[in-house]
Amino acid sequence: MNERTNLILRLVALAFGAVLIQEAAVSQITIFGVTADLMPLVVMSVGLLCGSMAGAAMGFGSGLLVDLVFVQTLGVTSLLYIAIGYWSGRVRELYDPSHGLVPLAGGLAATAVAGIGMALIQFLLGVDAPVSLLLVQQIFITILINTLIALPVYAIVRRILGGAVPEDPRRRRRRAYTTGGLSPLKRPSEGFAPIPRSSLK
Amino acid sequence: MHNKYVRRRRAVLAALVGVSLILLTAYFGESPSSPLHTVQRGIVQVLSPIQEGASTVLSPFRDVANWFSQTFHARSEVVQLRKKVQGLTDQLAQAQNAEILNRQLSREVHLDQLLNVDTYRPVTGDVIGRDPTLWYETIEIDRGSNDGVAVDDPVIGDGALVGKVSTVAPSVSFVELITDHSVNVAAQVQDRNGDSGLLVPAVGNPNELLLQDLPHIVPGQPGPQIGQLVVTAGYKAGPLDSLYPRGIPIGQVSNASENNLINNNEVQVSPAADLRHLSVVQVLTAPHGGSIRAQVP
Repeated sequence: MNERTNLILRLVALAFGAVLIQEAAVSQITIFGVTADLMPLVVMSVGLLCGSMAGAAMGFGSGLLVDLVFVQTLGVTSLLYIAIGYWSGRVRELYDPSHGLVPLAGGLAATAVAGIGMALIQFLLGVDAPVSLLLVQQIFITILINTLIALPVYAIVRRILGGAVPEDPRRRRRRAYTTGGLSPLKRPSEGFAPIPRSSLK
Repeated sequence: MHNKYVRRRRAVLAALVGVSLILLTAYFGESPSSPLHTVQRGIVQVLSPIQEGASTVLSPFRDVANWFSQTFHARSEVVQLRKKVQGLTDQLAQAQNAEILNRQLSREVHLDQLLNVDTYRPVTGDVIGRDPTLWYETIEIDRGSNDGVAVDDPVIGDGALVGKVSTVAPSVSFVELITDHSVNVAAQVQDRNGDSGLLVPAVGNPNELLLQDLPHIVPGQPGPQIGQLVVTAGYKAGPLDSLYPRGIPIGQVSNASENNLINNNEVQVSPAADLRHLSVVQVLTAPHGGSIRAQVP
C-alpha cells in the first residue's frame, strides 16, 4: 500500500470516527447551553497537516457525511468545510507555521467560519421562524469551547494520521536543526566545526 | 511543475465547490420522496446499527460529563423551583375543582375519555444521536417504521410535547424538536379564555418559544399570565386535523408583557421538557385513533 492510499484510508476512518463520536457523545453534552463541534476542528487539523487539496477533499467528504447522517440539506456543510480545509491547508503551504499555538488560532477561525457561515446560508435559504439574538451568544460560546479543545483535537488527528502525513512542518524544522542543515535561519559559518585551540598556538 | 500543481489545486477546489452547489440546489428543490432523500435515508439506515453501538459504548462517558453539567445546573435551579412549587400547589387546588366540573361536562357531550397517552399507542425509544448545529434541533431515536412510527407522528418526553417525527427509516427515526425552525404547533393557553395561537421557536434560543397570533386584546383586558400552562390545541378544520392530539402540555408562559401582547399578539413560552437532555421519548403512533371526537348531528 503506497503512502497516498494509506493517507486516504486514514482520512476516511477519521471522518467516520469523528462523526460517530460527535453524534453519539459530544452532541449530547452541553456546556453553558451549547455543545462542542468537533468536525470543523478535525477538518482544520487535516488542512494544517496535509495541505490544501487534502484539506478541501476532507472538508467536502466530512461535510457530506455530516449532512447525510444528520439528515440536513445536502451540500451546505460541505461548502463550509471545503473553505475551512482549503484555507488551513493554504496557511500551511504559504507560512509553514511551526508555532505550537497555531491549531488554537485555526480552531477559532474554523469554528467562526462554520458558525457564521451556517447562519448566513440558512438566512439565504429562508428561515420561517423568528431568530433570537441569543444565537450570536451561542455561536460565540461554541467558538470559545472549540478553541479550548482545538489543541487536543489537533494532537489526536496528528497521531491518527501518523506517518501518512506528507511532511509535518514542525518535524521538518526539528530535523533541519538537529541534522545541522536545511535551515534558512542558520548562518553558513555555523556549519563548520569549532577551531581547535591547539591550532591557534 | 509548480504551475501544474497550482492548476490542479484550483481545479480540485472548483470541482468540489461545484458538486456541493449542485447537491444543495438539487436537494433544496426536491420533494421528500426524491432520489437524493431516498439515498440519504438509505445511508442513515445502513449506519444506524453502528450509531446505536457507538451510543451504547460511549454512554458512560456521556453520563459522567452530563452528571457534572446537570449538577451545576440543578444547584442554580433550586431556589427558582421552590417558588414554582408554592405557586403550583395553589393552582393544583383550583385545577382539581375544575377537573371535577370538566368530567361532569365531558360526560354530557360523550367526551368522557380523559387524556391518556396509552390510547395513542405510544412507542418508547432511546435517543441515540443529536444534531450538533444550532440551526437543526433534531434528535435520532432507535425506533422506525418497523415499530409503527410514521412521518409527522407527535413525540413526547419528560412529561411534555418535544416535537414530531421528520424522517423515518425501518429501524431509526429523526425527530424535529419544537425548537427547530421548521416546527409550528397550534397551542392553547390554559387561562380563563383559552386563548389559542401558533407556537413557533425563537431560533438560537432553545429555552424559548413564541406563542403568536393570539386573539387581539385591548389595554386593560386580561390576557395570558406568567406561569399559565400552554397545551396543544388539537384543532380540526374540515378535513384538516392537527398533527398533535389535544391537551398535551408544551410549556408555561414565561413572559407576557402587555406591550408585546397588544402590539404583536404574542407571549413567550418556556418548554416544559428539558430538550437538551432527553434520553427516552415516546412516539404517539396513533395521534387521532384514541380519542372520540364530538360530532355535529
